[in-house]
Amino acid sequence: MKISPQEVERLAKLAWLKLDPEEVKRYSQELSSILDYVETLNQLDTSQVSPTYHVVPQKSHLRKDEIGRSLSQEEFLSMVPAHEEGAVKVPKIIDIE
Amino acid sequence: MNYETIIGLEVHAQLRTQSKIFCRCATEFHASENQNVCPVCMGLPGSLPVLNEKAVAFALKMAVATHCQIQPTSIFSRKNYFYPDLPKGYQISQYDKPLATAGVVEIVLENTSKKIRLHRIHMEEDAGKNVHGERYSYVNYNRAGIPLVEIVSEPDLRNAQEAAEYLRTLRSILRYLDISDGNMEEGSFRCDVNISLRPERSDRFGTKVEIKNINSFRFVENAILYEMERQRMCLEEGKRIVQETRLWDEHEGKTFSMRQKEEAHDYRYFPEPDLMPLEISAEWVSQIRSTLPEFEQVKKQRFMTQYQLTNYDAKLLVQEKSLADYFEQTVHRGGDPKLVCNWILSEVLREFEVSKVACSSLTPGHLAELICLIQKGTISGKIAKDVFEKILKQGKMPSQIVREEGLEQISDAAQLEKVIEFVVSEQGDLVKQYREGQKNKFSFLVGQIMKKTQGKANPKIVSELLKNKLEREDT
Repeated sequence: MKISPQEVERLAKLAWLKLDPEEVKRYSQELSSILDYVETLNQLDTSQVSPTYHVVPQKSHLRKDEIGRSLSQEEFLSMVPAHEEGAVKVPKIIDIE
Repeated sequence: MNYETIIGLEVHAQLRTQSKIFCRCATEFHASENQNVCPVCMGLPGSLPVLNEKAVAFALKMAVATHCQIQPTSIFSRKNYFYPDLPKGYQISQYDKPLATAGVVEIVLENTSKKIRLHRIHMEEDAGKNVHGERYSYVNYNRAGIPLVEIVSEPDLRNAQEAAEYLRTLRSILRYLDISDGNMEEGSFRCDVNISLRPERSDRFGTKVEIKNINSFRFVENAILYEMERQRMCLEEGKRIVQETRLWDEHEGKTFSMRQKEEAHDYRYFPEPDLMPLEISAEWVSQIRSTLPEFEQVKKQRFMTQYQLTNYDAKLLVQEKSLADYFEQTVHRGGDPKLVCNWILSEVLREFEVSKVACSSLTPGHLAELICLIQKGTISGKIAKDVFEKILKQGKMPSQIVREEGLEQISDAAQLEKVIEFVVSEQGDLVKQYREGQKNKFSFLVGQIMKKTQGKANPKIVSELLKNKLEREDT
């Protein structure tokens, strides 16, 4: 299966990665070969097999609706790059025409 | 050309659990910024989500109440995108295996009702809240991880009124179930509108536009009306509708195209490896089914037949379950239904907001006793209004106020005769005018008698006695 350089660039954009042209070329080849390898599985007839959502056959654990300890505001804000009046400060993220 | 409007709504409602959906952080609305956060909802390495049982129960209630098919197994998935309000880089949601599918909500329009089909209901976590400044955006993560139900309708709505009524009905169901505040202004009930136009009698859908950021019922109607006109103009001019997300600006009365900095929309959903499939037993569903309350429309019909209330009055009483319950509790304590209804809709709702009546200082016990005092003739309706004010100020029971302040109505004929005698002799001119045919002087005389008794005279008996006296005697 061929992964084109354009597809690599699109994936990089979605993952917010900066790739130089050399890397785009290399990843295009490497991803293609990985997918070729995985493609081997398609030789099997899986029409009678239900999709595997989880490898461990367990059902969900539910917890009681009880409040526990949170991080303090101070602890949390000490982990972020910038904050102001308790809020996390980030580059402006909306643009209205 | 005439166009038909096609509307589908996506509603997000916050569920009123104590703790978040996948962690034990509190969900309270009034916490200071970034107060309710923890390693799980902030996506710190090594933390694992554990699903809140009550959030599932609440979502199930909504699904059962809207006649959905509950899926015995549903799957949580990761919806991947980068946005500052989403600390993990993905939102835990449900994708190809939602909790419930194929429901229906019946809306009541002016003379008719209409069934709006639901496509699906699923559970997900809320994101943080962004505030946008001049140069920066500010994020508060208290909301990140609050449980949401997303309710997706089929494109069955045809105009702004239907959309508004559908939203009102969903909100009513959520509030009757007591699983969400349904408060659009505070953001616990949010709505995205998908809207497109197509030529009348066409069976293909046109290109749709999504409108976000609408935070009141009225704005939803306004945004739809504006967008219908914008799209119609566009089509008339032979232009194509661009599929996009627009924002409603109530100040300008317009929708605006929203350009997000991340333009590529590919959420690359995959099953959330940290959460096992959610299994819902048939027992759980039937247990939920057995706890459903009587909903607004059924209750309204019952109030009309059981208590002989008008459609108008019953509609007002059932707009909140807590108000309807308050009415019935007052009636069960002996209040005449029509009288109780009148008192609630006038005096009580003048004092308290609809949703606050049930938790106000005026209990059904207070109101029932007050109304019983009127029914028994112990106090007049006029005095009752004074007593009502005093209950609100002092919190005492009405009978105690009446006793302490000597407000009992005077119905004793002998006692009233004396007052009438006095007033008639005092107001000789008026009596003369009445007898000469100016019948309107009668009510003035009654007023004088009421005044002499500080409003305590039984007006009905006063009228009878006074009439007798004026007809009988010549002066």
